[in-house]
Amino acid sequence: MVDKTLELFECGHRACGGCGASSAVRMILKGAGEDTIVVSPTGCLEVFSTPYPETAWKVPWIHSLFENASAVASGIEASLKRQGRKEKVVVIGGDGATVDIGMLCLSGAFERNHDITYICYDNEAYMNTGIQRSGATPFDASTTTSPAGSCSMGNKHQKKDIPAILAAHGAPYVATATMAYPTDLMKKVETAVNTPGACYIQVHAPCCTGWGFDGSKTIEVGKLAVETGLWVNYEMIDGVVKKAKKVKRKPVEDYLSVQKRFRHLFKPQKNDEEIAKVQAIADRNAEKFGIDL
Amino acid sequence: MKQILEGSHAVAEATRLCRPEVIAAYPITPQTHIVEALAQMVADCRLQSEYICVESEFSALSACLGASAAGSRTYSATTSQGLALMFEVCFNVAGMRLPIVMTIANRALSAPLSIWNDQQDSIALRDSGWIQLYAEDNQEALDLHILAYRVCEDHDILLPAFVCFDGFILTHTYEPVDMPTQEEVDAYLPAFNPYQKLDAKDPISFGMYATPDYYLEFRYENQRAMLRTKEAIRKYGALFGEQFGRDYSGLVEGYKLEDAEVAIIAMGSICGTVKDAIDEMRADGKKVGLLKIRCYRPFPDEEIAAALSHIKTVAVLDKNISLGSKGAVALEVKDALYGSSIDVYDYILGLGGRDIRKKDIKAIVDLAEKGSGDMFYGLREELL
Amino acid sequence: MPLNIGCTARPGKSRDNRTGSWRVFYPVFVKDKCTGCGICTLICPEGCIEVKGEKEYVPDLNYCKGCGLCAEECPGDAIMMEKEEK
Repeated sequence: MVDKTLELFECGHRACGGCGASSAVRMILKGAGEDTIVVSPTGCLEVFSTPYPETAWKVPWIHSLFENASAVASGIEASLKRQGRKEKVVVIGGDGATVDIGMLCLSGAFERNHDITYICYDNEAYMNTGIQRSGATPFDASTTTSPAGSCSMGNKHQKKDIPAILAAHGAPYVATATMAYPTDLMKKVETAVNTPGACYIQVHAPCCTGWGFDGSKTIEVGKLAVETGLWVNYEMIDGVVKKAKKVKRKPVEDYLSVQKRFRHLFKPQKNDEEIAKVQAIADRNAEKFGIDL
Repeated sequence: MKQILEGSHAVAEATRLCRPEVIAAYPITPQTHIVEALAQMVADCRLQSEYICVESEFSALSACLGASAAGSRTYSATTSQGLALMFEVCFNVAGMRLPIVMTIANRALSAPLSIWNDQQDSIALRDSGWIQLYAEDNQEALDLHILAYRVCEDHDILLPAFVCFDGFILTHTYEPVDMPTQEEVDAYLPAFNPYQKLDAKDPISFGMYATPDYYLEFRYENQRAMLRTKEAIRKYGALFGEQFGRDYSGLVEGYKLEDAEVAIIAMGSICGTVKDAIDEMRADGKKVGLLKIRCYRPFPDEEIAAALSHIKTVAVLDKNISLGSKGAVALEVKDALYGSSIDVYDYILGLGGRDIRKKDIKAIVDLAEKGSGDMFYGLREELL
Repeated sequence: MPLNIGCTARPGKSRDNRTGSWRVFYPVFVKDKCTGCGICTLICPEGCIEVKGEKEYVPDLNYCKGCGLCAEECPGDAIMMEKEEK
């Protein structure tokens, strides 16, 4: 059972006010418990939580590089196994470190099926370096390297489907979650760390600074992603989708219009044609996962 | 016990005797026989170790980093492109003060692709904060692994080490070696006692970032640990001599240097060829000696200056080239001898596996005596 | 304090950094409206809302950045954001 009162992430860290990732990390640690060793790749989380000597972590924590968290976790797991120790090994890394630069190490660790849980806090761009596009940036989002402009609608590509890729590696447990639904997230983390083998959770973590909304709206934005079908919360057990959260879907406009990264879809005038493309993505999600109530 | 073993197998056996708890490696020529042998030992229960078959050298060293931080003695082996792929992790391991030992089966770097020997790969990592030891023969390669763990894991040191031995020339050559017993190695090398580790019972944060208020001092501490390594090698090298009968207390080692007028400086297997050439030159009345550099990092500057104080001319054999500058060893030898009247000449040779024979060594001594150096030696002029 | 070898630290040190100074608005908790659900303590990105008793949630203003997430999500509208007087 998840102990909601367990505090393993300390005050004084330097995340932006209203940071979805720092809220998610607190929930993740409650789900994982105190017998956990955390590995973080380079990124916002690493930087806001560990300027020497001011660590915010109350569990053992290690950062090595941007792209090697899965390999570091593999080595830790092997070491613990050799020593007969029972701590859980949990990676908590951003989407850039996970879906882009860390892909090789991630694939290797999942192919070898180390007993680790990899959690990606997905804020859909390289926030630490200033909101550059990643492979997890959604279609039409304006970032500093996929800016909207007179002949650009922002990011031209859809999110890389890492959960499916890792499920294809034979991962016993793959899930998506959002910090907007804390109980669901904590439960999924608890399930993952108690499932032997390499498990993966991708956590939607709205970034008020990078997405352009007020820090008080982080959960509201997170919920809208789910309610519009642009983010689907589901679990995959041995590669098969078991549970997908059903919703009475809202139009994607409700989600897009509250974020500055999609402002070009509404100004100087509303671009119905482009919004329809985003709506089509949500519709495909809804059909694929059967989420419509 | 004397055994006739391939160099790679001698190193694998020495590694087994050091009881690494986690091994992570990725195959690359000419390192493969080492990691294959270790895998077989694990398969045969001759070695109780977690062996991770990683998907790249980058992950190999990253996994070792994690395992070392979690409190295990770790081992990897690589060469050339593999080491280049580890570049980023190498600096990280040293900065995190994790005493990982890694074999480098020295090989040239691409392009052009070459699987053959030179020492460009490890030399290119000279600034990474790893101790670098170079073996002349397979016995020394074997022994230096045991020495390396002893030195690295000392809590006054806490640095990683490359044990370098020349690809193919040593890795694939059978030589008689004296293999210590497990009891002997256990008596010399205590069980791994990590200075600090990832442990839920006593949590620490590892690998934090340092602001400008701290970074300079962290680098200074790394440098101080590196400089302390000289004394640690002297101490544990002498202890090795007492226990195994082969003394490694010297960071450098002289051969017929006492009365020499010309000194050759070299690292690795070429030293054997040089010694044979010196014997023949001495028979012809030429006073030539060798100063072998066994420890390249930390660089034995004072040791070199002391050993060469009576020498007139020095010929440095560099199996590497710092493109746009000179051979890396010669550069630092010149620095070590700065202010002396010794003439130092640099010879870039043997790159990409070009064979160096006794007659080449003699020719180089002739060139040095004539004051001709700082050159690529042995170029095929018809190709240029 | 000499450096910790390998750039490590033990827990607790982030508390030296009082992020409360970032705040423009501060939360005021109205006990009468509180439903006692505890969502505020769970979602706070700082983890700085302490449970002192039933329906007694107290933000640590040394660390509260004043993001207003708790106020926004409180089902009883029991948290008001007030402007800091500086």
